[in-house]
Amino acid sequence: MDSPSPARRHSKKPKYSKFTQQELPACKPILSPGWVITTFAFIGLIFIPVGLASLFASQKVVEIVDRYDVACVPEHLQDDKLAYIQNSTEDKTCTRKLKVPRLMRSPIFIYYELENFYQNHRRYVKSRSDKQLRGKEGEGDTESCSPEAKTSNGSVIVPCGLIAWSMFNDTYGFSINSKVLDVNKKDIAWNSDKYHKFGSDVYPKNFQSGPLIGLSEQEDLIVWMRTAALPTFRKLYGKIEVDLEPNEEIMVTIHNNYNTYSFGGKKRLVLSTTSWIGGKNDFLGMAYLTFGGLSLLIAATFILIHLIRPRSLGDPSYLSWNKNPVGYSN
Amino acid sequence: MARPGRRRDKLRWSKLYTFSCVRPAVLLDTENPPSLQGPGFSRVVYCNQPRVHRKKPFRYPSNYISTTKYNIITFLPKALFEQFRRVANIYFLLAAILSLTPVAPFSAVSMIAPLCFVVGLSMAKEALEDWRRFVQDMKVNSRKVSIHKGGGKFAYKPWQTIRVGDIVKVEKDQFFPADLLLMSSSYDDGICYVETMNLDGETNLKVKRCLEATLPLDDNTAFQDFSAIIRCEDPNPNLYSFVGNFEYDQQVFALDPSQILLRDSKLRNTSYVFGVAIFTGHDSKVMQNATSSPSKRSRIEKKMDQIIYILFTLLVLISLISSIGFAVKTKYGMPEWWYLQPLRTTNLFDPSQPALSGIFHLVTALILYGYLLPISLYVSIELVKVLQAMFINQDIQMYDEETGKPAQARTSNLNEELGQVDTILSDKTGTLTCNQMDFLKCSIAGVSYGIGSSEVEIAAAKQMASEISGAHERVSSSQNPWENNAFRTSEIELESGITCKIDKVRKSAVKGFIFEDNRLMEGNWSKEASADVILLFFRILALCHTAIPEANEETGSFNYESESPDEGAFLVAAREFGFEFCKRTQSSVFVRERHSSSHPIEREFKVLNILEFNSKRKRMSVIVRDESDQILLLCKGADSIIFDKLSKNGRIYEEETCKHLCEYGEAGLRTLALAYRKLEESEYSAWNTEFLKVKTTIGPERDALLENMADLMERDLILVGATAVEDKLQKGVAQCIDKLAQAGLKIWVLTGDKMETAINIGFACSLLRQGMKQICISTTTADPLAQDAKKVAKENISLQITNASQMIKLEKDPHAAFALIIDGKTLSYALEEDMRYAFLNLAVDCASVICCRVSPKQKAMVTRLVKEGTGKTTLAIGDGANDVGMIQEADIGVGISGVEGMQAVMASDFSIAQFRFLERLLVVHGHWCYKRIAQMICYFFYKNIAFGLTLFYFEAYTGFSGQSVYDDWYMLLFNVILTSLPVISLGVFEQDVSSEVCLQFPALYQQGPKNLFFDWYRILGWMANGIYSSLAIFFLSINIFYNQAFRAGGQTADMAAVGTTMFTCIIWAVNIQIALTMSHFTWIQHLFVWGSVATWYLFLLGYGITSPLYSRNAYKILIEALAPAPIYWVSTFLVTAACNMPYLAHISYQRSVNPLDHHVIQEIKYYGKDVEDRHMWTRERSKARQETKIGFSARVDAKIRQLKGKLQKKYSSMGVLQSA
Repeated sequence: MDSPSPARRHSKKPKYSKFTQQELPACKPILSPGWVITTFAFIGLIFIPVGLASLFASQKVVEIVDRYDVACVPEHLQDDKLAYIQNSTEDKTCTRKLKVPRLMRSPIFIYYELENFYQNHRRYVKSRSDKQLRGKEGEGDTESCSPEAKTSNGSVIVPCGLIAWSMFNDTYGFSINSKVLDVNKKDIAWNSDKYHKFGSDVYPKNFQSGPLIGLSEQEDLIVWMRTAALPTFRKLYGKIEVDLEPNEEIMVTIHNNYNTYSFGGKKRLVLSTTSWIGGKNDFLGMAYLTFGGLSLLIAATFILIHLIRPRSLGDPSYLSWNKNPVGYSN
Repeated sequence: MARPGRRRDKLRWSKLYTFSCVRPAVLLDTENPPSLQGPGFSRVVYCNQPRVHRKKPFRYPSNYISTTKYNIITFLPKALFEQFRRVANIYFLLAAILSLTPVAPFSAVSMIAPLCFVVGLSMAKEALEDWRRFVQDMKVNSRKVSIHKGGGKFAYKPWQTIRVGDIVKVEKDQFFPADLLLMSSSYDDGICYVETMNLDGETNLKVKRCLEATLPLDDNTAFQDFSAIIRCEDPNPNLYSFVGNFEYDQQVFALDPSQILLRDSKLRNTSYVFGVAIFTGHDSKVMQNATSSPSKRSRIEKKMDQIIYILFTLLVLISLISSIGFAVKTKYGMPEWWYLQPLRTTNLFDPSQPALSGIFHLVTALILYGYLLPISLYVSIELVKVLQAMFINQDIQMYDEETGKPAQARTSNLNEELGQVDTILSDKTGTLTCNQMDFLKCSIAGVSYGIGSSEVEIAAAKQMASEISGAHERVSSSQNPWENNAFRTSEIELESGITCKIDKVRKSAVKGFIFEDNRLMEGNWSKEASADVILLFFRILALCHTAIPEANEETGSFNYESESPDEGAFLVAAREFGFEFCKRTQSSVFVRERHSSSHPIEREFKVLNILEFNSKRKRMSVIVRDESDQILLLCKGADSIIFDKLSKNGRIYEEETCKHLCEYGEAGLRTLALAYRKLEESEYSAWNTEFLKVKTTIGPERDALLENMADLMERDLILVGATAVEDKLQKGVAQCIDKLAQAGLKIWVLTGDKMETAINIGFACSLLRQGMKQICISTTTADPLAQDAKKVAKENISLQITNASQMIKLEKDPHAAFALIIDGKTLSYALEEDMRYAFLNLAVDCASVICCRVSPKQKAMVTRLVKEGTGKTTLAIGDGANDVGMIQEADIGVGISGVEGMQAVMASDFSIAQFRFLERLLVVHGHWCYKRIAQMICYFFYKNIAFGLTLFYFEAYTGFSGQSVYDDWYMLLFNVILTSLPVISLGVFEQDVSSEVCLQFPALYQQGPKNLFFDWYRILGWMANGIYSSLAIFFLSINIFYNQAFRAGGQTADMAAVGTTMFTCIIWAVNIQIALTMSHFTWIQHLFVWGSVATWYLFLLGYGITSPLYSRNAYKILIEALAPAPIYWVSTFLVTAACNMPYLAHISYQRSVNPLDHHVIQEIKYYGKDVEDRHMWTRERSKARQETKIGFSARVDAKIRQLKGKLQKKYSSMGVLQSA
């Protein structure tokens, strides 16, 4: 009675397709010694030139690094740097002399570097309001900015949050042989930040003293607002758009305002040219060389293995039942 | 109503039957009915008054059955509960809830969305599976049966409408829709035949008989005004008991199980029966027996849980490190970090309460590092398994044309377990055999007739023929050509003997008869020397049975309805030989005899008594009076029994017959010996008076007395000959067993059938062979009266087991094989606590194990013993309700769906239409699924460790503040989108070798049971790989993007740039990793793997152009910041290569120095060596199974060894000769 009718019977038959029968055409690459050796040798042969190129590019970069946080504190206040920095009456100006080691072609990028500054701390990273930064209408959006959202009398801070509040405020002036070097502080931030993230109609309010210009113009703020990944970081300060000749002496006038003394942070001024890989960092080149070398070594090992104990591919004597006639084993 | 069956209604079988259904219906004293009050006996059934049962208290469940887990209302809560029973899901739920608080390191949506996705998907799968069950139930519920609707009219209605008290009319070959009380049948004396194969797996028909009182109710109209009351026991699962009273016509009758027709058994040989529904739906005994199938989990999944615990420990550990680090940093560092405004903090970052902050941070960290636990693991595995199951369901090579049923994975969570099976426990009837008998050979008067060969012989011969060429080479290479010739001749003899038979296509024009021998056919037998004995032989075939002939209008001949298929085969054989059994009356059997080609003569034989078959007697006899008034006792039975009862002068043919019986047995045939005895009139009448007296006695000793009477008659027999019937194996069973044996699987046969049959089948499917040492463990019939009979029996069995174990231990020949045969009674002792392990150890040492006469419960117990005792994966396969216990108990239960009963299938995890599909299911699908799932899980853990640990390293650089370097969206998409499809494609499509190779080298299957792909070595290796990758990704990226400008424009990298680069490296590294893991790339894998990488870039692009309010620092990150920077690409390349180099070196090394079997085979296939060098291929194929001890390949190998041994002897004697 419930025996299926022929039609229904038929419908139960699985339909044949290469997919359902798991017979799709497939490539089944075999990891033959040839392939392995070629692959490793190839990786090695690619890596070493790339490594050399990177290393070369990195070496070409001229970089002047000057740590000034200690040096800029007057001798007599060296024991209590914190008091010095917190004392607003003290003169914070400080002059440093930098020697150009090699020819530095423009543009020469000026960075400040902070060490032991946790810009990546969760409390810090979160404390900002993108909405507020973006446009006037988001001014009141300061929820995420705590504890630096509102002033004690309840009016909003623009830009709010710990990041903006703790903005780096040392300034640098450069001169060579008393001739002032122009520092271009434009175009140091990402265009996308300038045009889409920071509104031109957003003006600082209840913020550090400063001229009343739209946030999108304040590129130093924009740069600062991009939190760094590591506690040691550099941020772009400006650009010098003239070449610096070797052995020239640059006079830097620093307004040493920023307090890194309380947490034992270091401040550095960095002048650097760039190459295609960016600034000076030999690590990439070294890493390439290391892994390239390792790769060649592995390739050589496999060549040796292949020479000493060659196994012809598909040699049935390696099948478990041939290796170990009584009982299987892998 | 026209009733063709009425003609034979005059038969009153009860008069003829000796042993069954003779018990007179006891009329109870109305005044004093047996106490059916009290608990357990509350059921009252008002027959034919279903109206009464609409209201309480007689409202019983309807006949609607439901096996679904959920309904619409309970689905949500229940399914949710099921989902959150998984530890990992609870963890993610907590994390999702906590993500709403400020503790969370991520935005809430990035925690909740994946959880909803994952849980939703799993629940959708549950819902789908439950829907399927519902559809299945509906199919059963809507089967139609004829129900009395009042006024003597019956109408077809669906099963589910039956209520207690309904009168139901069941027709021939229909299932009983509920537990019924038999009222009457188409036979005058109210008996009917019932096939209970679905319930207990027994194939012979059972006779049920109604009460005398209800006999007249044999017509539709008779039920017009019928009413009665049944008081009986409450629903219970006991199939063999029933206690109740039947109140009818102011009289009370006792009911017993012989009047009860159980749901899911089938009406046979009876046109129709009427019955009253007593238990309906879930009250019916068979449903009461149905235990909810235990949820099974695969070994791999259990191990996966352990890995999850390891990862959880790791998670807690790094969270602790992180929160301690955080507390320390908060206490000592934070007060100085003025830019964090340490004085205006909440509890989360309070330097004055570092401990409290630390505790809060622990929660944060636990959420943050949750990426170590793959949230999508479960759902991916489930999805993969569903797809794998789909492939199993869709496999056209597991589709049975005859029954129209494809294979079906009923639960998808055991797919990979199919690849790890160690022991198969198989039912016999309906699973290995079709339960169809074919008359193939016979031995009459010491001459063997029948030249056809059994399937076993044919299969073995084929194997031999193909094998011999290979063996040939093996021999010839080592021995000199002269001697090789000798081998060749002997081999040709051997070959020609069988191969000539193969060529003939077996005719199967007549069902049940494949006999071929011109000496007997077409009346030629009368020309044989001992024609009179042959005549007698045929008469025994035609007379000694309990079948009923049924004219077949189409062919003009008769069909026979017999209690057992053997009998049917005999009758068909007799018909073909010219002794057509054509009519049975109450007292006579009519046989149309056709000697030579003359016209048939109808002869009448008066049947005086039938001493019918039962499993204890193992024989049946009829006493007939022929036309010349000669009284004959014709007997057929098991050879051992018959040979015992032969008279001195009846043993003329004993020796030859014995030899033939042996041959038949080896050929896998079922044998019976036939004998007769001439009786004197006086002798018979004396016996008969005594017999009638015994027959009417009532009391417990009646059966014993009857048996004694029968014994008195069945003695001094004269042997006529023997029959050999092929218990037809299902198609391909022998080949399948052979392959499974080669795959290293142990096969146990558990059957309810008798020992002889079981052994025959053992031979038929090459589980046994000549030369195999059979260990029969049996109980000696110790004095049953002895007090400690049980103890004696147990000691005896224990001794047998010890001896057998000793024998195996002392065996020196590596090719020796042992077979263990044990019967149910002995098994019940052997399964007891103190003996089971000794028994198991013995059984494990034997190549094949056959347990006969085992009850369903014992089947389950044996299964549990094997499962727990060996700790290996067991698979139980069966077709009937008697296998349900074993199917549920085993790690994997497989039901045969070809037969009509559904219990086994319903209880099973996989259903296939034929036993032979098991080979493909295990060797192909099991092998693939195991490797796929194993690799998939390993990879899953790898990728999450590689990803999750980078979060930890970074956190250490942020003063343990719980900041992550990645955007929330990256993390959200990592598991769910960016890396899920490749791993799913690995889990669904990976094939180490093609299905043909799997089938050609069943030995490859052993990789599963040996667990080569999911052992701790491998798992920890993968974890180490993950840790290495995380280190490489993090430290390389961090140092490359240290503090300097990262592009020519002078910009330095912020967190977003570093995070995105690192994430790009991860995406590349894990995708290249999976590409290295795969060995089989279809366009799908290519699409998914490379598509995932592409998706990442596309996502980055898309995400980058959404409003910066959403994308925040990732705004235009790719197009503006990263893509133009060469260092981004260069570092991706470096990190990806660095991450995968060790793995590549490792697998290359493994492969070149220590290749696994599938590696070598892949290579052979890849370079086409199998085509170039076919000999090598076949040689390897045969070598791969040299360890196999069962299956016909082993049988052939044994034969070849034997031949070689003979040759060696010959050679040495020749050598002696020559030297002399």
